[in-house]
Amino acid sequence: MVRFEPSFFLERNREIDEVTLRAIAREVRKDILKMTSEAQSGHPGGAMSAADIIVTLYYYKMRHNPENPKWEKRDRFVLSKGHVCPALYSVLARTGYFPLEKLHEFRKLDGDLQGHPDMKKTPGIEISTGSLGHGIGAAVGMALGLKLDKSDSRVYCMIGDGEAQEGSVWEASMAASHYNLDNLVVILDNNNLQIDGPVDEVMSIYPAVEKWKAFGWHVIEINGHDFKEIKAALDEADTVKFKPTMIVAKTVKGKGVSFMENRAEWHGKALPPDLLKEALKELGEIV
Amino acid sequence: MKKVSLRDTYGDTLVELGKEDERIVVLDADLSGSTKTAKFAKVFPERFFDFGIAEIDMMNAAAGLATTGKIPFVSTFAIFGTGRAWEAVRQTICYPNLNVKIVCTHGGITVGEDGATHQALEDVANMRNIPNMRVIVPADDIETREVIRKIAYTDGPFYVRLSREKFPRIFDESYRFEIGKGHVLREGEDVTVIANSVMTSFALLAAENLEKEGISVEVIHMPSVKPIDTELIAKSASKTKAVVTAEEHSIIGGLGSAVAEVLVENFPVPMERLGTPDVFGRSGKGWELLHYFGLDEKGIAEKVKKVIARKR
Repeated sequence: MVRFEPSFFLERNREIDEVTLRAIAREVRKDILKMTSEAQSGHPGGAMSAADIIVTLYYYKMRHNPENPKWEKRDRFVLSKGHVCPALYSVLARTGYFPLEKLHEFRKLDGDLQGHPDMKKTPGIEISTGSLGHGIGAAVGMALGLKLDKSDSRVYCMIGDGEAQEGSVWEASMAASHYNLDNLVVILDNNNLQIDGPVDEVMSIYPAVEKWKAFGWHVIEINGHDFKEIKAALDEADTVKFKPTMIVAKTVKGKGVSFMENRAEWHGKALPPDLLKEALKELGEIV
Repeated sequence: MKKVSLRDTYGDTLVELGKEDERIVVLDADLSGSTKTAKFAKVFPERFFDFGIAEIDMMNAAAGLATTGKIPFVSTFAIFGTGRAWEAVRQTICYPNLNVKIVCTHGGITVGEDGATHQALEDVANMRNIPNMRVIVPADDIETREVIRKIAYTDGPFYVRLSREKFPRIFDESYRFEIGKGHVLREGEDVTVIANSVMTSFALLAAENLEKEGISVEVIHMPSVKPIDTELIAKSASKTKAVVTAEEHSIIGGLGSAVAEVLVENFPVPMERLGTPDVFGRSGKGWELLHYFGLDEKGIAEKVKKVIARKR
């Protein structure tokens, strides 16, 4: 498996091709399924839809230091949809924040990897999230603080489409635009599925693009599983001045495993052992 | 006793702190004129952030600012800061134990004319139940300044409850605030009255009046509701063997509850709680409402006589 020295992550926009990113994301998906399956608990579906974006942020875009998680010059990532943390835990482990074996601790009493991200327990977590609609507001505060310090560090935040039903998401969206936070990039993981069903049937957030445009954001629409498009969107966001950027990423819940794709039932349910075996086989693991 | 504004003192103290320390930032939700954070905004516009009428986002953003090394003071009316935004305070400030200071004005019934919707009678209870949160209820301007300065340089989340109404000054410049400590303002033998906010001044008045009737009252001022001064409460209760609490807050979940918790586990004695009963407030003038709900020296004297009658 691809491993990088911690120094690899200290500069933005690293030389890493789509084939490599895809290979890493495949490993991350296997981790997600194994972690949730071992815990028989957790949220694999959304973690699979978010994986490619989180991998691109940590391996291609963000300036960060796995050996020194609180490095002053780091870019920050806030996982506002905290329930998909298996994807983030896997990426943090694979980039060197903690050993891969730690992934076995997920959701267990004697472990540090909580069911939702806890900044006090897990290195690399920038703010504790879990209850939806709060992380994006914290990201706004971080972006404000970094601006006050005249820092060029950037803040990335991922929210869910179901999460966008929370009013506080729109409070934060208003504030980010009001304070011209061009150091803030939010990615909407738009898999269109939430616990009770399709987002547009439960409580439509659409038209999402027009909404954030109306809130004063620079909005980019991409396929959230196309690494070229993810990289291009993150690069475009670097060039935007005086407004925050929203990347509306069309994604597929359960992406990567045929029988999990676009199925709401895998939002908050772990695979049983037999299905895990089948899923890992699909992801190319020799079992 | 001279009446003084706690919220004006808060605004002035913020300006003092802002001059001393660049890390101080202030957030408000469209109430800076009332909470007096406007004083800070005027001197340090680049470090003042108005979030508009969006308290949840304001709390989350304060947490984010704290992660970048800032010391955020967040202000609005008590009911919005501790009610509307409760879960943001819990999730994003207290759970990660971040260095955010929530200082709300317009606590209690003395909000007055605005009525029940704006009178926070639950705020102390709302904040007291969250792990990592510390809750302070000052009585006058001198104490307010001391409290604000102390929490600015004590790491972690705090909730400070201030009032709209001016309150009588009871301290002089020698006063020093300590987290988790109460103050014996008057020693007595027959009963202990534990109070904070405006009720401390009423407790002193009640003690004076009751002395003429031959009842010796010990008055303890307890600004630090969490952590509370367990040692002082137990010590005083073991002497007087009867306790009355008085607060400008619901009798559910505030100072009275906190003192009751200490007594049952340390030194159980008869106790009476004075506060608003389990009801909403109503419109009226601040001081009228205090008397309407019996939150005054007469109300305290009644509770004192009741609890003394229960002593065995």
